[in-house]
Amino acid sequence: MTVLQTGSRWRADVAARVAAGSRFAGLYGTTVADGCRLTAILAVPAGFELVPFTARAEDGLRYPALTPLVPSAFWWERAAADLSGVVPVGHPRPDPLLLHIGDGSPRPQPGRSRTEDGGPTLQQSTPPGPIDVVGRGLFTIAYGPVRSGVAETIEYLVETPGEDIPRVNIRPHFKHRGVAKAFEGRTLDDAALVAERVEGIATIAHATAYAHAVEALTGIRPPRRAALVRVVLAELERIANHLDVAMRLSDAAGLAVATSRFGWHKETVMRLMGRTTGSRFGRGAVVPGGVSSRVGLVSGPSRSPGSLAPAELAAEARRLRERLRGDERTAMRTPSFLDRLRGTGRLDPDHAQQWGAVGPIGRASGVDDDNRWSRPTDAYAELTAGLHPALTTEADTLARLRVRWSEVEVSFVLVERACSVLEALPEEPLQTPVPRSASGTAVGWAEGPQGEVIYVLEAERGRVARCFARTPSLHDLVLFHDVFHGEVLTDFAFIEAGFGLSAAGVAM
Amino acid sequence: MPWATRGLRDRVLTTRWPQHEDAYFDEFPASIAVVAPGDPDALVDAAIAACPTAAIERAPDGAPRLDRGRCILCGRCAALAPETFAWERGSDVSSLARDALVVGEAPETDESLRALRAALNRRVRRLRRSVHIRHVDTGTDGSDEWEVQALANPVYDVHRLGIFFTASPRHADILLLTGIGASGMVEPLRRTLEAMPRPIVVIATGAEAISGGIIGGGYMGGAGVGGLVDVDVWVPGSPATPFAILHGILLALDRLPAPRAPERPR
Repeated sequence: MTVLQTGSRWRADVAARVAAGSRFAGLYGTTVADGCRLTAILAVPAGFELVPFTARAEDGLRYPALTPLVPSAFWWERAAADLSGVVPVGHPRPDPLLLHIGDGSPRPQPGRSRTEDGGPTLQQSTPPGPIDVVGRGLFTIAYGPVRSGVAETIEYLVETPGEDIPRVNIRPHFKHRGVAKAFEGRTLDDAALVAERVEGIATIAHATAYAHAVEALTGIRPPRRAALVRVVLAELERIANHLDVAMRLSDAAGLAVATSRFGWHKETVMRLMGRTTGSRFGRGAVVPGGVSSRVGLVSGPSRSPGSLAPAELAAEARRLRERLRGDERTAMRTPSFLDRLRGTGRLDPDHAQQWGAVGPIGRASGVDDDNRWSRPTDAYAELTAGLHPALTTEADTLARLRVRWSEVEVSFVLVERACSVLEALPEEPLQTPVPRSASGTAVGWAEGPQGEVIYVLEAERGRVARCFARTPSLHDLVLFHDVFHGEVLTDFAFIEAGFGLSAAGVAM
Repeated sequence: MPWATRGLRDRVLTTRWPQHEDAYFDEFPASIAVVAPGDPDALVDAAIAACPTAAIERAPDGAPRLDRGRCILCGRCAALAPETFAWERGSDVSSLARDALVVGEAPETDESLRALRAALNRRVRRLRRSVHIRHVDTGTDGSDEWEVQALANPVYDVHRLGIFFTASPRHADILLLTGIGASGMVEPLRRTLEAMPRPIVVIATGAEAISGGIIGGGYMGGAGVGGLVDVDVWVPGSPATPFAILHGILLALDRLPAPRAPERPR
């Protein structure tokens, strides 16, 4: 039996499960002794399922591509080809995505244990971009890799006859950092610090999803106090990220006062996070087994000077909510602002469903999956009573902003509820000790501001053998191709800001 | 015009730093200091072993030294050996010399710093009150960009200091770098530099730009931007806070106020 036949069974299995209602959530390769083990991640009602299959080295790591049957594997198969060297036979566009290196050059091969120290630095060379649309007067504008203004590095190749945008190509590879290999060989504690930096603007979501993977692997539970603190931090992070999107959209519309106001509110949240955790992004706050002892949020005698009590944080959040509410209301009544968002960058709900879009992008196109409700972790199950995930099928940039505003509203309620429970909770340790030498594979997840974050952790005797970070940004940005229907160049900034994704989480 | 009144309702939100003190500038725990005399050796060794980026080592005389250019502020050392490593408040962490980020040994003579200062002064003399900055992300986690962008919000409002971010490198005086210096960014960075008019001042912000932090140094290179360009000012942090970056910019321009006289004991 050839490898393509073995692979066909795996492919048919994955496709059948997706057809039966599981959501395809990602794919990654782990280099093993006789080839590369490909693992498909499927989102099911209670959690996530892993469906593995090994492409053998003796067959040249070839396997039948999943994309023709499951289109949302489109970028994931290219990413796996770049990193692990697998060859998806029948993939409609097997171009490099994360790594532009020569065909025969060595691949990073996540999962292969490091024999020598590091190895040579891979040199990327960027070929001219693809041209998908040809015709009289068509040309390509390269937005990036160095963008105008202060922004993350990414390249959008905008094919245009001058005003409308028939096609956009995306090249994220410039800032590829090699995150997958940065996890490997580290202790379970140290790898949390790497996870925080996969998408730095969603530090808490990544650290929490990673911590959940470690906790699932070792069978420990964080103390209740830690579970509540995680909710507070995650919701603060969500508010900051959604305010960032509001700020960028206002900026694109030229609303200087709105930009300033939302920028100020965001700074307020960053400072609140800083007062709570010692870091404006909550770095080091969430650790496997609980939260760091540096996190304040205690009341009573053991409180260190300058730290926040839960009731104080709740009061600060309430004040911010009041100030923000007026600005939000004014923005959502400013015609020159709404005109730019309404109908812009529409992501068809059926398409979003088929591609399993996550986060505010998915929920604005009717994909009803928010892990805080569908797969609750930490203290969410007890705090979300009576609250509902934001959901609409309007599907344009305005809908994405509306979804974010309702999420901000819910976040404030969750912060309030978590703080009032914390205030009454007797003091207890913030961390459950993590067994030092765990082995095995486990999945962890969290709902970040950009959407669902999934970690698959493969550990050997307390060290990371392979850690796959499924970022919402890489999963959702591919849909950026499909939201231009007669939109013009000046709509681009609105669509990009409305997506609100992180280039770091795409380039990995 | 509802926005006009909204813009006025909270009056001035902007910091008065550097002309006046700012509590947030002074009190933010932006670095770790090595404080003498310290803990028993065993605790210090535990702290050294726990450091995820090998930022701490012992000098030949046995005293611990901490490299703020490698430190990602995880705070483990301060938790394990609190008598030796302590959070230090204050956003004035940037430096003209890479070596000066290593703390814990007798401070160097000011001689070499003075020489660096003088050389930099010659370059920045003409752009004291109107400075244009081009930012390039050479491989960050995205948080550094947030902190650089924050400089334009009304709280920091760098425009009041005549500092602007520019879209074109051809208009730029300062190159502000974030990120590990990944190999894919070497060429875009070179082209950006080439397009900038001389003289150029380069600022590296964040531990990732200085040393690669915990992410850099893998198969994409990325042990910091120091190997790619000549850096004038180093701003440690993970990521560097807006105030720390602003301090670095003003340090480059020699526009920091003279150190304030220490408070007299009461």
